[in-house]
Amino acid sequence: MAHLSDLAVAKINEICDRYIDQPTPLMMILSDIQKEYGYIPLDVQEIVSDRTGVSVADIYGVVTFYSFFSLKPKGKYVIGCCLGTACYVKGAQQVIDKFSEILGIKPGETTEDGMFTLDALRCIGACGIAPAVTINGKVYPKVSVDAIGKIVEEYRAMGV
Amino acid sequence: MAKINIKIEGIPFQVEEGMTILEAAKQCGFEIPSLCAYNHGECSKASCRVCLVEATGARGLVASCVYPVAEGMEITISSPKAVEARRLSVELLLSNHNRNCQECDKNEKCELLHVARITGAREDMYVGEKTAVTVDQLTPAIKRDTSKCVLCGRCVERCKSAHGLGVLGFENRGFNTIVAPAENRSFANSPCIMCGQCVSVCPTGALSEISEIEKVDLAMKQGKYVVVQTAPAVRAALGEEFGMPIGSLVTGKMVAALKRLGFKKVFDTNFAADLTIMEEATELLSRVKNGGTLPMITSCSPGWVNYAEYYYGDLLDHLSSCKSPHEMFGAILKTYYAEKNGIDPKDMFVVSIMPCTAKKFEKTRPELSKDGLQDVDAVLTTRELGKLIKRAGIRFDKLLDEQFDNDIVGEYTGAGVIFGVTGGVMEAALRTAIYTLTGKEAKPVELKEVRGFEGVKEASYNLGGMEVKVAVAHGMKNAKVLLDQIREGKSPYHFIEIMGCPGGCVAGGGQPFVKPCFLPNEDADILDTYKAKRAAALYTEDESKAIRESHNNEQIKKLYADYLGQPNSHLAHELLHTTYKAKEKFKEI
Repeated sequence: MAHLSDLAVAKINEICDRYIDQPTPLMMILSDIQKEYGYIPLDVQEIVSDRTGVSVADIYGVVTFYSFFSLKPKGKYVIGCCLGTACYVKGAQQVIDKFSEILGIKPGETTEDGMFTLDALRCIGACGIAPAVTINGKVYPKVSVDAIGKIVEEYRAMGV
Repeated sequence: MAKINIKIEGIPFQVEEGMTILEAAKQCGFEIPSLCAYNHGECSKASCRVCLVEATGARGLVASCVYPVAEGMEITISSPKAVEARRLSVELLLSNHNRNCQECDKNEKCELLHVARITGAREDMYVGEKTAVTVDQLTPAIKRDTSKCVLCGRCVERCKSAHGLGVLGFENRGFNTIVAPAENRSFANSPCIMCGQCVSVCPTGALSEISEIEKVDLAMKQGKYVVVQTAPAVRAALGEEFGMPIGSLVTGKMVAALKRLGFKKVFDTNFAADLTIMEEATELLSRVKNGGTLPMITSCSPGWVNYAEYYYGDLLDHLSSCKSPHEMFGAILKTYYAEKNGIDPKDMFVVSIMPCTAKKFEKTRPELSKDGLQDVDAVLTTRELGKLIKRAGIRFDKLLDEQFDNDIVGEYTGAGVIFGVTGGVMEAALRTAIYTLTGKEAKPVELKEVRGFEGVKEASYNLGGMEVKVAVAHGMKNAKVLLDQIREGKSPYHFIEIMGCPGGCVAGGGQPFVKPCFLPNEDADILDTYKAKRAAALYTEDESKAIRESHNNEQIKKLYADYLGQPNSHLAHELLHTTYKAKEKFKEI
């Protein structure tokens, strides 16, 4: 547990305390940790394992099963490109490819400066405005490939 | 439980309510093939889909390993729909399977191949991409090859049920799913105790031992003085590799085979078990007398020692400092024995035949060496010995019994033999402790309180006015109960025996696989009874020995008189004792 600060350990324990009395607290705990820190590395999983009695291998399995959980820190701006059926037929693949090209990362990766993470999402329920992109929760409707450069620039201008 | 009426293949049966179709069918004399359900459905995540049958009241086909029987249910195993579905399941498993069967460790005991034959699975029905492969052979004990994994999860479940651990788990999703330690790490960088229980339940070659046969071949070729020793539990199971019934005691045949295989000397690790008792009993009495750390815990089982180092690093002072018996033997062979016989220890090569995969790891520990020479050079499992014997063209069943070599080492007592079963080390130690504390031999010599397969056994003895409390646990899940007591300062015991594998070494991770589908002549409940049958073989050998207490072993007495001095002497400490250190669970990689 070398690299976790005392503060982080206390916070993770506090999150565990919230749900530990529930019959199956694991998903809620992981969900809150993901929201709080943006990722769930192995040493955090070890603490959750000690608290819940679920083996580290099983927790690691849950974290790698659900795309909502992440093992690595996400960027300041998380770009989610919907690749659901409706978005896909409206050209979502070209949209995500363009983001990839401009940012120099593949879906699931984070830029080296820690600014952007690119995620491929399944249907986000916004089929009427396909292809849809979300950036930190803000929804961009009917995104065209040509507009992507400008969108990225806006966020770059806001800085890390 | 209430009885209910069902029909299987049109034949009426009465079975207990709450059973799965798979269990009920087995009880009624049918065998539905399955890869994921193990003993009494252990695991059974219905993941392999090989046990599909038709059942009235259910939609479509059902996985019989999880589907419960119900009143009036009619189950059909042989309908074309069910037969084809099972074949399809196996063909799909085969499509993602590495079929280099001839070099596979599970070659003769592969359950996938077995169900493929039974279901009539056809070759290359679904050819395409395969899941990315990880092969981990970084530890000296266990190999993991995901190209052979059918994702049944038996190993995941066994690690939990035996040890409460769960080192292995399912990772990723869909086509990329694998069974692995967290982060798909090697066992070498995970808190795995290397007991090999996962290997023994794996239906395929995804988990296997790291073979050391080539190492032994090389030593023979180089003309080294190759000496072999065999652990007690091996003789109670080796016969199974040659089709003998479970529980066959094959000591004499095993020795005969080893002599034919070209080993210069064939010794019994039991000699060193007797030596262990002398050292351990002395250590215990000295701890009691001098206010040392109590309870003292045995240290013969390398799986248990690994567990202690990973999970109870704060309790390591409780472990006896004694090396495990085969390590003691290695040390004695390369010093006392080599000296007396004019052999350069550098030319000596000590092979241990063990029922254990963790021993393969143990022998590489730097603390178990002297002057740059490891005490033991190679560890073969019971299964590997079986392979060696077959390779040499020896008809094991035709062998006439021979005796272990016995010149200045090798003699053993009944106490040494029972080391191979849970409670055995305790019983052997008590036989000697009773003599030491009361001046009289234990009567009766058999201490039945510590025998049997209950998870935690305890007993108490009044020895020369002193109340001695002991406990025995096997499998880390049971051991944890006693260890947590110690941590809380509430342990009432003086002496505790812990063995890594449930049942002790007779059911060790290096023993012949007990797979009912390959044992048509054994009882249907063999998975419940095989440990007791193997244990009975050891108790039989104990009974047959004229001397049944370690302290009455004449060669051990001579070893002390001529060489070591006293138990726990300076030289004894140098050769026969070791140290432990706490280990980090997930080392930085």
